[in-house]
Amino acid sequence: MSFINDPIGFLAEWITNFLSGFLPEAWVIFIVTLLGVIITASFGLIIVIFLIWLERKIAARFQDRLGPNRAGPYGLLQTFADMIKLITKEDVVPEKADKLTFNIAPILSVVAVLLIWAVVPFAPGWIGTDLNVGVLYIAAVGSFGILSILMAGWSSNNKYALLGAFRAVAQLISYEVPMLITLMVPVLLARDMGMMTIVESQNLWYIALAPISAIIFMVSSIAEVGRTPFDLIEAESEIVAGYHTEYTGMKFGMFFAAEFLHAFTIGVIFAILFLGGWRGPGAEEFRLLGVVYLMLKGLLGYFIVMWVRSTLPRIRIDHMLAFNWKFLTPLSLMLLVMTAILDKIFGDTALRLPLLLAGNVLVLFLGWLALRWASRRQTKTRRVFKKRPVAKPA
Amino acid sequence: MTVEQAVFLFTSFLILFSGFMMVTRQNLVHAALYLVVALFGVAVIFVLLEAGFLAVVQVLVYIGAIAILMIFAVMLTRGDVSQEQEPVNANFGWALLLAALFCFGLIVLIGQWPAIDSQAPALDPEADTVLDLGAALVSPDAYVIPFEVASVLLLAALIGALVVARPQKKNPRSAK
Amino acid sequence: MLSNWIFVGIFISIAAVFPLLPIVLARFLAPRKPNPIKLDTYECGMETVGDTWVQFKVQYYIYALVFLVFDIETVFLFPWAVAFDVLPLFAVLEGVLFIVILVGGLLYAWRKGALEWA
Repeated sequence: MSFINDPIGFLAEWITNFLSGFLPEAWVIFIVTLLGVIITASFGLIIVIFLIWLERKIAARFQDRLGPNRAGPYGLLQTFADMIKLITKEDVVPEKADKLTFNIAPILSVVAVLLIWAVVPFAPGWIGTDLNVGVLYIAAVGSFGILSILMAGWSSNNKYALLGAFRAVAQLISYEVPMLITLMVPVLLARDMGMMTIVESQNLWYIALAPISAIIFMVSSIAEVGRTPFDLIEAESEIVAGYHTEYTGMKFGMFFAAEFLHAFTIGVIFAILFLGGWRGPGAEEFRLLGVVYLMLKGLLGYFIVMWVRSTLPRIRIDHMLAFNWKFLTPLSLMLLVMTAILDKIFGDTALRLPLLLAGNVLVLFLGWLALRWASRRQTKTRRVFKKRPVAKPA
Repeated sequence: MTVEQAVFLFTSFLILFSGFMMVTRQNLVHAALYLVVALFGVAVIFVLLEAGFLAVVQVLVYIGAIAILMIFAVMLTRGDVSQEQEPVNANFGWALLLAALFCFGLIVLIGQWPAIDSQAPALDPEADTVLDLGAALVSPDAYVIPFEVASVLLLAALIGALVVARPQKKNPRSAK
Repeated sequence: MLSNWIFVGIFISIAAVFPLLPIVLARFLAPRKPNPIKLDTYECGMETVGDTWVQFKVQYYIYALVFLVFDIETVFLFPWAVAFDVLPLFAVLEGVLFIVILVGGLLYAWRKGALEWA
């Protein structure tokens, strides 16, 4: 492999050969793995800096204003300015807070999001580690994030933080159910849980084979991150600042960075599972192109998240949970059953695409009918007020 | 000492330590968090046994659902967490003796198991264990009956737990 | 296969170090002037009233419970989905039966009002 086609593979081989000259093999593997880890983790963190600027600019444009444009050209250095500000703020730990848990919670929050990047396939052959259970691994590290919220809320020794943490965890675990079920649809279509295999088997992007599942996955991922319309977790007018009320300075900065990185990460995961990942013209030849394609598709997913954020108002918690348990979960289960049966019968034939599309449309239609019936039932049981005597002029 | 052995020793100490801390903490939320550490250690043991699927299932189900359920229960029912309770009572000595006897008996019993020194047959490195698991779960001459019974069991657990925990509708007219 | 997981192990350690660096840096760069009012618990600018506890709302527990059941259900279904190619059609229908039984459970919870927030 030449340097142009596969830079990382070339470098890895060169470093391995170089180090094998004077180190035992176990150490060589360890050092190469360590370098891979540092590159992957740094990639995630450096992207956050760019993302925060991008988010502020795009949110501003949606609101018909300019966004940051003072610090550096086009406001590009704004994130650095924010970071410096957060680092130099005093780190106030409340007296009665539980010190160890209080300090671990923001670190756990960032770790939970960074761990997802270990299984993201950037290009053919460039993946942190091709676990054979990659998809389930992503769901599992999400649960560390949930735990960090509980730890943050409880250790603050603050009623509002605790209440906010409970509501946040209720929302997150509720929306994990449709997320897991719709995560199963690409696994079903690719017959494997490994992320690289899912991308490699997408000759036809899975969003064409399972569009409604993709939409449900996007919706439940937005709820998992805690973005509007599901941002009750940090709604300032409702619960002060929710579970991170008592956090100041860089610890709050860690929660902040974790949320932005999480939003971009779900854009990238959506791109991998449904939009074909690194697939595109020339990606197998020139690996860097694969990374470019993946980042473009990930940014598209991130743009959709920001678009939804700028458009929709915040949803009340009982509406949000009812929407999840009474609409999204049954709908995603029906889609899974339909996809499973149709894919088994017609999976190898040319009828796969039109039949699966038709099945999705059918399930969507049935879902719309069910919603219409439910709203009509509600209207019918509205109380009819008795006519009360009204004063009439004599 | 290979890397695997070192990781195994470290993880075992971690599990034992957090298990011990969990049962001796007075603050119940701390105990629940030590439980999370112990469960994570078990997941690492699964990885060492080349059962990656079970490791992520352990994290996803135990830490992501069961530990959170327990923490909810502790935080919601405890009220004032600063109510410290004595971790030991008058019967501590007898309990310790009984536990030591039980542990010793278990070690002797398992040591007499004939297969304890033999190694398990090596797994074919090309075998896709998750695929085999999936095929075994629904094939009629393997585990399809337990698979379906598991779903009925989950249904029964759901219904039972809801019956016990369901919010009682406060009916003001029932006072008559 | 184990070598894959070693990457994850090293990743966890490095990923735990990365957020520690800015926090430790802040410890050196940030001022530390604690006074009793700053260290007090926040309650919208007032003195805190009562102990820090939240009224027991059983609904949180019920959501966690229903989530647990569906979590285990999806965990059972993932190997079924992976083995799709080698399964005959009726094995697929067995999985569908599994899902249908648990949808029955969801319907029960729905009708009994366990999914209401109030």
